[in-house]
Amino acid sequence: MDEARRKAGQRFIEALPHARALGLRLVTFGEGMAEISLPYHESLIGDPQTGVIHGGAVSALMDTCAGAAVMNHPEGGLGTATLDLRIDYMRPATPGQAVLAHAECYHVTRSVAFVRATAMDDDRARPVATATGAFTVERKR
Amino acid sequence: MSPRRPPEPVQTIKKRRDGALRALVEGIAYTRFLGIEFSRRGDELTATMRYDEKLIGNPLLPALHGGATAAFLEVTAIIELSWKMLWEDIEAGRTDAAAVDGRHLPRLPKTIDFTVDYLRSGLPRDAYARARVNRSGRRYASVHVEGWQDNRMRPFAQATGHFLMPPRDGPNGGNGGDG
Repeated sequence: MDEARRKAGQRFIEALPHARALGLRLVTFGEGMAEISLPYHESLIGDPQTGVIHGGAVSALMDTCAGAAVMNHPEGGLGTATLDLRIDYMRPATPGQAVLAHAECYHVTRSVAFVRATAMDDDRARPVATATGAFTVERKR
Repeated sequence: MSPRRPPEPVQTIKKRRDGALRALVEGIAYTRFLGIEFSRRGDELTATMRYDEKLIGNPLLPALHGGATAAFLEVTAIIELSWKMLWEDIEAGRTDAAAVDGRHLPRLPKTIDFTVDYLRSGLPRDAYARARVNRSGRRYASVHVEGWQDNRMRPFAQATGHFLMPPRDGPNGGNGGDG
């Protein structure tokens, strides 16, 4: 059942061209929760001197993961779009390592879903970035 | 009194400045991945993210991916800050513009936080952005970015971010510590 849900989620992500271009992979898909992995790739480098990926790539990962968490919330509605997203960068992601985002949709009103997310590399104890966002909730009229 | 040097031909200055800007932008792989280019009028930069199918998030609408939009605005803010530093160093004669290439890029500012405000969905066409440095101290900078498409007066996204500035050489730069 959970594996079927994860597969459906992966198909959903692969239908998003930008997520496909980044090579995003759905790792876990729970109720109001999603985990997505961004593999390291040279085309994502933001600092040529260190090989660290650009913050923007982490933003794209966080946005996708947060949106997926909203979509998988029981009250998440038919569709969603980002209203705002704030990202705090704690430290550079280690070059060569994948970045894993974990997002939780912790509250949903009739029109708005609230999400928080964390991004980690192999050192799970020290997050690379955290994010909070507000998303629209599309409902049948 | 030494005689003033005659001003350089405008084309020489333009070529030097545009070359330094190109080296700065093209040195960052991720700007190439997103297809972002910068055009310059004096010290003012405008970023363009050329439309490409891989920037789409919602294929049904279709609309640009919120992550691509966020990344575009963040790239614009970082290039604006780096360009401001580079411009000052070139104008003050501290940096030789001709020596700026892929291997000799200035240290880039690091994002501390970045908040994106999505105003309307991004259309499947070119997007533009300009950044305004609201405050730039020795260690921290605050930048606002606006992104638009067909209509300059109707931005589709805006963002504010704080950045940690790289240590700088020169009279006020270097390893000045926390003072």
